[in-house]
Amino acid sequence: MLANSPRLRLVGRRFVQIIPVIVLATFVVFGLLKLVPGDLAATLAGEYATEARVAQIRAEYGLDDPFLVQYGRWLLNAVQLDLSRSFQSNEPVLDQILHRFPTTMLLVVGALLISLVVGIPLGILAATHAGSRLDTVVTSLSSFGVALPNFWLAMILVATLSLSWGWFPATGAVRFASDPQGAIWHAVLPSIALAAGGIAEVVRQLRSALIEILSSQYVRTLYAKGLSPAAILWKHGLKNVAVTLLTVIGLLISRLLGGAVVIEAVFAIPGMGSMVVRAAIVKDFPVVQGVVFTMVILVIAINMVIDLLYTVVDPRVALK
Amino acid sequence: MRRLRDWLGGNAAAVVSLFFLVGLFVLALAAPLIAPYPPTGQNLGNTLAEPSWAHWMGTDDLGRDVFSRLIHGAPSTLFASFLAVSVATVIGVPVGLLAGFMGGWVDDVISRVIDTLLSFPGIVLAIGVTGALGIGLTNAMIAVGIVFSPGLARLMRAQTLVVKQELYVDASRCFGASLSRILLKHVAPNAIQPVIVQVTLLLAVALLAEASLSFLGLGVQPPLPSWGGMLARAYNYMEIAPEQMYAPGIAILLTALAFNTLGEALRQALDPTRRRR
Repeated sequence: MLANSPRLRLVGRRFVQIIPVIVLATFVVFGLLKLVPGDLAATLAGEYATEARVAQIRAEYGLDDPFLVQYGRWLLNAVQLDLSRSFQSNEPVLDQILHRFPTTMLLVVGALLISLVVGIPLGILAATHAGSRLDTVVTSLSSFGVALPNFWLAMILVATLSLSWGWFPATGAVRFASDPQGAIWHAVLPSIALAAGGIAEVVRQLRSALIEILSSQYVRTLYAKGLSPAAILWKHGLKNVAVTLLTVIGLLISRLLGGAVVIEAVFAIPGMGSMVVRAAIVKDFPVVQGVVFTMVILVIAINMVIDLLYTVVDPRVALK
Repeated sequence: MRRLRDWLGGNAAAVVSLFFLVGLFVLALAAPLIAPYPPTGQNLGNTLAEPSWAHWMGTDDLGRDVFSRLIHGAPSTLFASFLAVSVATVIGVPVGLLAGFMGGWVDDVISRVIDTLLSFPGIVLAIGVTGALGIGLTNAMIAVGIVFSPGLARLMRAQTLVVKQELYVDASRCFGASLSRILLKHVAPNAIQPVIVQVTLLLAVALLAEASLSFLGLGVQPPLPSWGGMLARAYNYMEIAPEQMYAPGIAILLTALAFNTLGEALRQALDPTRRRR
């Protein structure tokens, strides 16, 4: 019964469209190595390495092969879920990533929930009271939220709520699998710090989308028909901003993943962010590539899900 | 003064922002003249001091004057923002212009590349690029610029698609104008306005990115002062001297806010639909 639905055809088409994007993304991830100035093998071997050691590294990683051969080898391994080994610990990169992935995702999901739970009501309030003092206050606050360095907010939260008042743990994380309650407890402050920019973004986008809809022709018709403002807002206004909201969620997830990198540093959280920062500093390129690769695949996958959700929220998308 | 305000759409906040930024530029340029102490001058006998007449904002963990470091941090912060946005503009605008104007397979290829690059969480890609290029402010900001460029390219492409339909573009082609002349004289100037707004807003994002990267130790290297780096040091002494983190944080917040306010005012001033109302 589903076989010929337009939605299913859209899924197929999206899959086909996404393949070149993934291939290009792997190309970019691998290409990062080519940005290293000078001789890569010498850089990897360290400052005081002997000629022999440099040559050994060059042979080990096949650095004398043409670029495309190296890329092909890397891609083939990546497809088989082999993201190579860390230069530092010699552990498989994928294992490290999988170990840290839940910690980072807990922050991102927590921040996303806070952004939506706080941002949506504020955005609706500002839009339905556009031009009022309430609107001015909400809009100014969201301007602050956009300009606020999230790691600074994190530091302020730690200094006050954790260190002075002792309400929350100041650093570290607990694995969700072993102690869900403790994990959430540790994730509260980082998520709030991460969500500040997200709330602001949700408010701004939702407000402008809702104002546009509420001033449209068909809403005027609904008023003429005698519908109450509340009914218009809940039945017609919000249904039409759902598409905007989905777009914002997609954008936010990518941005929160990036933000988590910095926030993890403040709270000394052993997630993917602190992993990539350390790896970049000590030039552990397989780890850098692995984390960047995981994150971009994650974002591409989420964007695809959101594309599909568009067809649920707005059936016109599927029919096109 | 009046004209300036009119030009910014009668937006008082934007005028204040503009003055704040101009003041910051002057401060940055005159940093060695204004700052009461050298930014790296240590005084281990007077560390983590409270604000006083001698040290308006106190001293840091090495007894260096916080106010002087803040002023000396301004040039590198502003340089970083402008470098990143310049890199993004130099890459993004021509690429977007080309994609939009040429259409066909050129557009297809460029658009796919833009889609791909936009899928990367910005700061993570910037960290990767910085790690590869080598740690330091210039490399970090080139990385941030590269990360910003696809967004600008997409905007420029969309604008070019609209402008190239205009009659005057056809007219100049009929007069035998060369491709480069059409692009530079007719398409680019008419498509650039939203890009200018975006560039102003990007300055704030670049500023926050610089602060984040310096905080993580990937940007400005100590002992050189930077606002993000000052926060990184303040972080280490958060338990005994939490007030260390206020001055650099507020400086970042206000500067980013000023860039944003200015960008939003420009958007309103340049928006033809709003002007009509």
